[in-house]
Amino acid sequence: MGDGGERDLGGFRQDVEAAIPALRRYARALTRDGDVADDLVQDTLVRALRSERLFLGGDVRSWLYTILTNLNRNRLRSLSRRPALMPMDDNDAADMAGPEAGSRDIERALATLVEDQRTALLLVVLEGLSYREVAEVQGVPIGTVMSRLARARAQVKAFLDGERPALRRVK
Amino acid sequence: MVDRDLPVTDDELHAYVDGELPIGRRKTVEAWLAVHPDDAARVAAWRAHAELIRVRYGGAARNPVPARLNLARLARAERKWTWMAAAAVVSAFLIGGATGWFGRGALVSAPSAAVTTVTAEALDAHKLYVTEVRHPIEVPADASHLLPWLSRRVGSTLRAPDLATFGLKLMGGRLLPGHSGKPAAMFMYESASGDRYTLYCARSAAPETALHYNVAGQVAAVYWGDGDVGFVVSGPADRERLIKIAQAAYEQLDRRTRGSS
Repeated sequence: MGDGGERDLGGFRQDVEAAIPALRRYARALTRDGDVADDLVQDTLVRALRSERLFLGGDVRSWLYTILTNLNRNRLRSLSRRPALMPMDDNDAADMAGPEAGSRDIERALATLVEDQRTALLLVVLEGLSYREVAEVQGVPIGTVMSRLARARAQVKAFLDGERPALRRVK
Repeated sequence: MVDRDLPVTDDELHAYVDGELPIGRRKTVEAWLAVHPDDAARVAAWRAHAELIRVRYGGAARNPVPARLNLARLARAERKWTWMAAAAVVSAFLIGGATGWFGRGALVSAPSAAVTTVTAEALDAHKLYVTEVRHPIEVPADASHLLPWLSRRVGSTLRAPDLATFGLKLMGGRLLPGHSGKPAAMFMYESASGDRYTLYCARSAAPETALHYNVAGQVAAVYWGDGDVGFVVSGPADRERLIKIAQAAYEQLDRRTRGSS
């Protein structure tokens, strides 16, 4: 608190502003729904602004990823309490028009992942965070990040190789 | 060379793909992949899948950011919310029959020493000068050097908020000895009916935005901090009006929305 007055709030705002495109990309991949993604980004920005003065330095970007990841976890938790969970991967007409089947497949593959695994995979391959940064975002040891990443990749590969995951095979 | 004999683990394969492997071990992994086609295929697949993900979602970062994610706009909305919450706490407390100090939101915290000191100084100056008939101010509002001079002395870019919507006209300002002799500035406003309000600005070590409302007899003060400057609006003890005036001043003075500091 003592050096709070010395902090450059303008710099903080600029860092947040600069991170918005990446946050939208991450949220888009996490939720697979453009509107839900922007809701999530908006909530993240509001939280960030609200605790602007509590931010004690460090990497603003990682901090924003942490907020967004936690908000998404809360969102999924409240969704899971609802009786019907609608698939959200069709709310994207522009993408439907695209001929790339691979792009639809990767989306479905990601949809089969456990949330923590999907988060770890996206933060590493899409957002380019280091294992250490992902560990901070997820609040777990690096070893846990690595095992989530390994399981995520194995699952995506299995899905794309045509081995439908157990859950889907039941159907 | 000893490394070459150690088997490459799955963790290392992932670290290799993600650029997290120590350089010394990278060559070993490459040599390993050359003779382990299954692992090489997995590594290739992981890379291909990562590329699919980037192609699929990369566009979301290149699209123009929609207006509802405009940071300045969100900040304005957020500040209004904060003020409403703070004002609500003040009201709740006052309705409860007590007067005193309040922290932001639900946290009713004791004010820091700096807040208490600055507010006391502001109230003293206010009481001393608002009753002054002939020399309430030192430099009149229409003097072009008023703001540059006070800004230079206080050590922060100061502005005198426009409070015309409250029927208040800026009379001018003066330099004062603030905490431990540091320069402080005071602007004085007057209504058509002769009510006087002051805005006191001093370097302060209490940077939080918390709204502090304090009543001292017939006059009251609202303190807030912005960066390293503490502001105090003082005037007749009409809490609703004073909070509104302080809010307007805060909105106009907030350094974060000025784009520079």
